[in-house]
Amino acid sequence: MANLRDIRNRIDSIENTKQVTRAMKMVAAAKLRRAQERIFEARPYAYKLRELIGHLTDKLEDVGHPLFQQPDTDGVLLIIVTADRGLAGAFNSNVIKTAEAEIEAKYTAERKQGNLYLLCVGRKGHEHFARRDYQLVGDFRNVFDGLNFSLAKKVVEAAHEGFDRAIWGHVDMVYNEFKNTISQNRIVEPLLPLPKEQFLTPVMEEEDLPEIDDTLEVDYIFEPGAEQIMNALVPRFLNYQMWRALLESNAAEQGARMVAMDNATSNAEELRDELQLKYNRARQNAITMEILDISSGAEALES
Amino acid sequence: MATQLSVDIVTPDGRAFEGHARGVQAPGIEGSFEVLRNHAPMIAAFDVGKIVVKTQDAYEDLTARDGHIDFATSGGFLEVLDNRVIVLAETAEPSSAIDTERAQKAEQRALQRLDASASPEERKEAKKALDRARNRLRVSMGGV
Repeated sequence: MANLRDIRNRIDSIENTKQVTRAMKMVAAAKLRRAQERIFEARPYAYKLRELIGHLTDKLEDVGHPLFQQPDTDGVLLIIVTADRGLAGAFNSNVIKTAEAEIEAKYTAERKQGNLYLLCVGRKGHEHFARRDYQLVGDFRNVFDGLNFSLAKKVVEAAHEGFDRAIWGHVDMVYNEFKNTISQNRIVEPLLPLPKEQFLTPVMEEEDLPEIDDTLEVDYIFEPGAEQIMNALVPRFLNYQMWRALLESNAAEQGARMVAMDNATSNAEELRDELQLKYNRARQNAITMEILDISSGAEALES
Repeated sequence: MATQLSVDIVTPDGRAFEGHARGVQAPGIEGSFEVLRNHAPMIAAFDVGKIVVKTQDAYEDLTARDGHIDFATSGGFLEVLDNRVIVLAETAEPSSAIDTERAQKAEQRALQRLDASASPEERKEAKKALDRARNRLRVSMGGV
């Protein structure tokens, strides 16, 4: 039988833990609201930009834009977006698992030949893959506090540079898409070379975006010339895709943490209630024993 | 309805306008233009200036002065396809949302910056900022 003071101590420490997890939940909820606003604001622009690029793909090929051609190399780059911090349930491990499954399924040969490169945004992913001897590109750790657009630019720049120098000829993004507070979609999305077919994430499918009819031969008027427009539009497109992925991941992270901390809080409550019951029983037991002692002592005296 | 254009103005900070209109005027890089119904497919870049969305009310009553919404923009792209107009603007502020006083102060600041800047690049940046500030001011005061 656990002694009374031990149980009391455990109840106190669980109470403390509960307070911490509750506070973390509150913080995550506040951050979630802001992150959610940001992604909801950014989505229409990113989607429309994607649609416009989708309309232009045929034209772009004619122009022979370099970002459409796959450089002659076996190299592959995966951009993996995780969080900087843990305690967000399975958020980080899920996205890492998705990336590993992707590597397993498609890039085992590249991995063996040393042609697989990873760019990890977020400390958790960076550390995970650094421990496993992957070739990492750049250092994007502790970036989600004060997340801003220049980060997306930097990531795209790094990805673009290797693509230009034909170190890798294919770039994918792996990230969590914010579906709602309690659930995320894990996405593996091609970034470079610009995909000829539209890639739609589950959230985009739900959005009911207008179908792009590829059979439609549209002769666009370009003002100014097609090339100038492409040159201005394509880099912007890449930056915004990356930016959107970062915002999605950020919102998803806060949502995941909020749920994880909410669960932790209710677990703590449950555990505390159980221990309280145990404590009460033990206390009652002790009292009964004492009374029994006294009364049997009194009986012994009488006889 | 096929008699109207469906217009969608989006910016990185969110959607500025979504709805039907009779026409859309934009400050194209090669000169201002207006998109009306059945316009040929087009992709155009536009510059700092004013986007005017002529809403349906104006069509029904041509004397209505409030039949259009003006947006101050600092550039972007516009696509016309099948009576849909998509405007991808860097910024788009409706004239009603611009605080004239603040815009005036921003113009002053931009002017000071222009005076203080030494290198040609700095001057160019400051000039752009001034253009944007003046544009906002013009739009907010309802001028052209």
